[in-house]
Amino acid sequence: MTKPKKRINEFLYFALKNKRLRVGLSVVLFFLILAFVGPLLTDYKWDDYVGPAYHPPSYEYWFGTTTFGQDVFTQFILGLKASFLVGIIGGGIGTLIGVLVGFTAGYHGGMIDEFLNMLTNIVIVIPTLAILLIISVYLKVRGVLIESIFIGFTAWPWAARAIRAQTFSLRSRDFVDLARISGMKPLKIMFTEIAPNMMSYLLMTFILQFGGAILIAATLDFIGLGPTNAISLGLMMNLAVLWGALPLGMWWWFIPPGAAIAAIVGALYLTNVGLDEVFNPKLRKL
Amino acid sequence: MSLKVKNLKVYYQTLKGDVKALDGATFTIGDGEIMGLAGESGCGKSTISNSLILLKPPMRFVGGRVELDNEELPIWDMEKMNDFRFKKISTIPQYAMNAMNPIRKIGKMVSEILKSKKVDFKSTLPELKRRLDLVELSHDVLNMYPLELSGGMKQRMVMVLSTLMNPSLLMADEITSALDVSTQKAVAEMLVEFRDREFVKSMIVITHDISILYQIADSIMIMYAGKLAEKAPTSVIINSPRHPYTKLLISSLPDIGVKYSQKKLTGIPGKPPMLLIPPTGCRFRERCPVAFQKCLNEEPPFVEIEKGHFISCWKEFEKNA
Amino acid sequence: MKQYFTRKLFIYILTFFIAVTIDWLIPRFMPGNPVQVLLARASLHAEAAKEMYSYYTKAFGLDLPLWKQYLSFWNAIFHGDLGTSILLFPQPVIKIIMRAIPYDIFLLLPSILLSWFAGNKFGAFAARTKWLDNTVLPIGYILTATPYMWLAILLGWVLAMVFPIFPLAYASSPAIIHSFSWIFIADYLWHWILPFSSLFLVMFGGWAIGMRNMIIYELEADYSHYLEALGAPRKLVRRYAFRNAILPQVTGLALQLGIIMAGALVTEVVFSYPGIGYLILGAIQNQDFFLIQGCFLFIIIEVLIANFLIDVLYIIIDPRIRIGMGGKSA
Repeated sequence: MTKPKKRINEFLYFALKNKRLRVGLSVVLFFLILAFVGPLLTDYKWDDYVGPAYHPPSYEYWFGTTTFGQDVFTQFILGLKASFLVGIIGGGIGTLIGVLVGFTAGYHGGMIDEFLNMLTNIVIVIPTLAILLIISVYLKVRGVLIESIFIGFTAWPWAARAIRAQTFSLRSRDFVDLARISGMKPLKIMFTEIAPNMMSYLLMTFILQFGGAILIAATLDFIGLGPTNAISLGLMMNLAVLWGALPLGMWWWFIPPGAAIAAIVGALYLTNVGLDEVFNPKLRKL
Repeated sequence: MSLKVKNLKVYYQTLKGDVKALDGATFTIGDGEIMGLAGESGCGKSTISNSLILLKPPMRFVGGRVELDNEELPIWDMEKMNDFRFKKISTIPQYAMNAMNPIRKIGKMVSEILKSKKVDFKSTLPELKRRLDLVELSHDVLNMYPLELSGGMKQRMVMVLSTLMNPSLLMADEITSALDVSTQKAVAEMLVEFRDREFVKSMIVITHDISILYQIADSIMIMYAGKLAEKAPTSVIINSPRHPYTKLLISSLPDIGVKYSQKKLTGIPGKPPMLLIPPTGCRFRERCPVAFQKCLNEEPPFVEIEKGHFISCWKEFEKNA
Repeated sequence: MKQYFTRKLFIYILTFFIAVTIDWLIPRFMPGNPVQVLLARASLHAEAAKEMYSYYTKAFGLDLPLWKQYLSFWNAIFHGDLGTSILLFPQPVIKIIMRAIPYDIFLLLPSILLSWFAGNKFGAFAARTKWLDNTVLPIGYILTATPYMWLAILLGWVLAMVFPIFPLAYASSPAIIHSFSWIFIADYLWHWILPFSSLFLVMFGGWAIGMRNMIIYELEADYSHYLEALGAPRKLVRRYAFRNAILPQVTGLALQLGIIMAGALVTEVVFSYPGIGYLILGAIQNQDFFLIQGCFLFIIIEVLIANFLIDVLYIIIDPRIRIGMGGKSA
C-alpha cells in the first residue's frame, strides 16, 4: 500500500485538476462567504420594517421589499446562514449516526446486522415528515439547532446503507483478514485498516447528507415547521406564498431563496461527482 | 496458414504516457495447431488475446497486421470486427464464471445472442444439445439461471457457447487458473477434444502454467516484457529450449519425485522491466545470465533458427552463425 | 418464498405498529391541550367554558388512564373512526380525508410512474453517447437539486402569472359542477397540469441520474464484456444493461416514497390543490390535532401499501431472489 502522505498528495493533484470539483466547490464557497460576510452588508434585521412595501429591486433595496416593507436582501443573507447551519449540523449528525449504524452492521454481520437493518428499514419507511409535523405542532419554540438535530436523526438511513455496503466489501478483503490473523483487536482494525479506505466514502456521504439536509429543512420551513425565531430560505418562500406574492408578481421575494438552494445543492452534487472521479481512478478521464 | 500476425503493436494509454505492452509481435499458427502462450504476469500475453478479440480503450492499436484464413482482421475497428467475432474468432475469457447475464435464463440468452448475430436458434439447437452432452452438461441448464450452476458448470457452458459457431481461432485465457487440478485436466482435455472434432480450427491457450501446455499444446510461445522470446514445438521447448529465459523457466519447474535435499528449486532473480519506458536492446538482458555487449545496444529480432523454432537472442544467433 | 414474505409482513406490521404508537404518543407527551385549543376558538364565557371543557374531555376520552386511551385509539382506528375535526367541526376526520384522497391519487400516481419510466429511459440514453451525457447529466442534477416547492412556485409564476395559460390554484374552477362531464374533466386537467409537471420534473431528474450511473456500472460488468467479445451488436449489450439496471431502480422507488410524499405536500400547498398535503397545512395552522393524526395515519398506510406492492413486483422481476429462496444450486 502506498504511504498515506503520498496518497494524499496524489489525491490533491487530481482534485485540483478536476473541473467538476473546482466548479462545485467554488459555487458552494461563494454562497458560504456570502452567508457569513453578508450580514455586514446590511444594517437591518430580517423583520424590520424598512421602507415601502411591494417594492421591486432598486438601488436602495437590492432585492426589493416584502408585502410588509421588510428588506428581502437581509432576509436572503440571514436565510443563507441558517440554511448552511442546518446543512452542516443536520448533515453532520446524520452522517455520524449513519456511519455508526452502517459500520457496526457491516463489520459484525449476523444478528447485529439483521437488527440494525430492520431498524434502518423502519426509519426509512415511516414518513418522518409526518412525525415532525406532530412534534412541531406541539413544540412552540423551535430553533435552528432543534431542526438540525431532528433532520440528522431522521435522514441517517441513507448514509447507513451506503456505509454498510462499503464496510461489507472492505471487510472481506485480504488485508483485513491479515490483520485479524495477526491478532489485532477489532476496534484497532476498524480504525487503522478499514477507516482510511473509507475516508473518501465518508466525505462523499457527508456531502450528500449536507445537501439533503438543506432540502429537507427548506421543506419543513416552507410549511411553517421550521425555526420560530429566525428567517430561513424556506421560510421566505413560505411567507411569500402565504402573503400572495405570486398573484402580486413579487418575483424578487420568492425566486432568490429557491434559486440559491438549487444552486448550492446542485453544486454539492457536482462536487460529489468530481470527488468520485478523483478517488476512483477508473472514472478519471484521460 | 490459419493465423498470421505481423509486427503487432498495442499500447496502453495512461496518464503518464503509453505503456508498450505489446511491442512488435510476429508469429503464425497453422490450421489445427494448439499454441500455448506462456510468460510472467504482465508479459503481454493477455494483451495479445484482448487485442485480437476486443481492442478497447485504454488499449490503442499502434501498428501491425493480423490475418485469419488469409483475410485481414480489422482489429482497430470495433464495429467491423463484430462480423468476425464469435463466427471466425472467439474467446473463453478469464472471467468465464461471471460471463453470463445473471438475470437471464441461459437458453434464452443463447437464443438472443444467436438471433442478434443473425443465426437461427432453432436449427442450431440440436448441435447445441450434442455439445452439451459432450461436456457432460444436462440439457436442463438451458432452462436455468447462471446462479443455479456451479463454477465448473458455468465454465463448461461458456466453452460450449464460445465455440458454437466453429470459429477458426479460439483464445482460452487462463481458463484453468481458478480450478482444482483434476478439473484442470478435464478442461484441458476438453479443449483438445474440441480441436480434434473440428469445433475449433486453431487455438491459443494462454496460461502461466506450463505443465498444462505440456499436456495439450502442439507448440509453445514464450513472451517476456511485451516481446516474443521463443516459439517452438512443445517437446523442443520443454526438453531443449534455447532462449536463456525459457531455459530458466523450465528449470524452475519442480520435477516429480525430486526432494529439496537433492535439488534446490531455482527461480529467476530480478523483476520484469517497466514498459512505460522500456529498456534499450534486449529486454531480458538485466536478468540474463549470458548477456553481453550487443544485448545492451540492439534489440534481437524474432527469427527462425531451425524449422519451426523461432527465437530472439543474440547469443543463440551467434551459435548458429 | 414463504419465509421471505412472512418476514416482510412482520416488518410492515411492526412498522405500522410503531408509527401508530408514535402518532398516539406524541400529542400526549407534548405541552398543550387540544380541548383548550378548541375552546379558545369558541371564546366562551368562563362558566360555560368550564362546562364545555369537562364535556369535551370526557367526549375525547382524555380523562381515562393512558393505557385505556391507547387501546381505545386502536379500537377506533379499526372502526374507521379517526375523530372529529376541529378545523372543520363537526365533520368527522375520516370523511374529510376520503374527499381528499382521489385528488392525491390522480396527482401522485401519474407523476411518480411517468417520471420513473421517462427518467429511466433518458438516463439510459445519456449513457450511450458523450454529447447526450453532457446534456442530460447537468439537467438531471439541477432538477433533482431543485426544491419541490420552488419549482412549483416557478412554474406557477411563469405559466400562470407572467403568461396566464394555466390557473394558479385549486383543482377545479369555483363554479364548476363535479360530475363526469367533459367540461369538468377538461377543467380538472387544466388545473392539474402545473402541480403534475412540477412533481414530474424534480423526480425525473433523480431517476435519470440514477439510471445513468447504474447503466454505466452494468456496462462494465463481465457479462457485458463477454457479449462484446462475442460480437453482439451494441443494441443487445445496451438492452441487457438496461434490464439489469432497472432492478435497483425499482427498490429505489420504494425508498424514495417518503421523500416524494413530502414533495407532493409542498406542491399542493403552493397550488392550493385539495389533497392530503393541503389538508395538513390547514390542520397545522389551526392546530387541528385530530386531522393531523388522521392524515398521518393515511400517509403511513399509503407508504406501507406502496412499499409492499413494490416488494412483490421486485420478486417477480428479479429471478435471483426466487431461485435463491428455492435453495437450488448444483
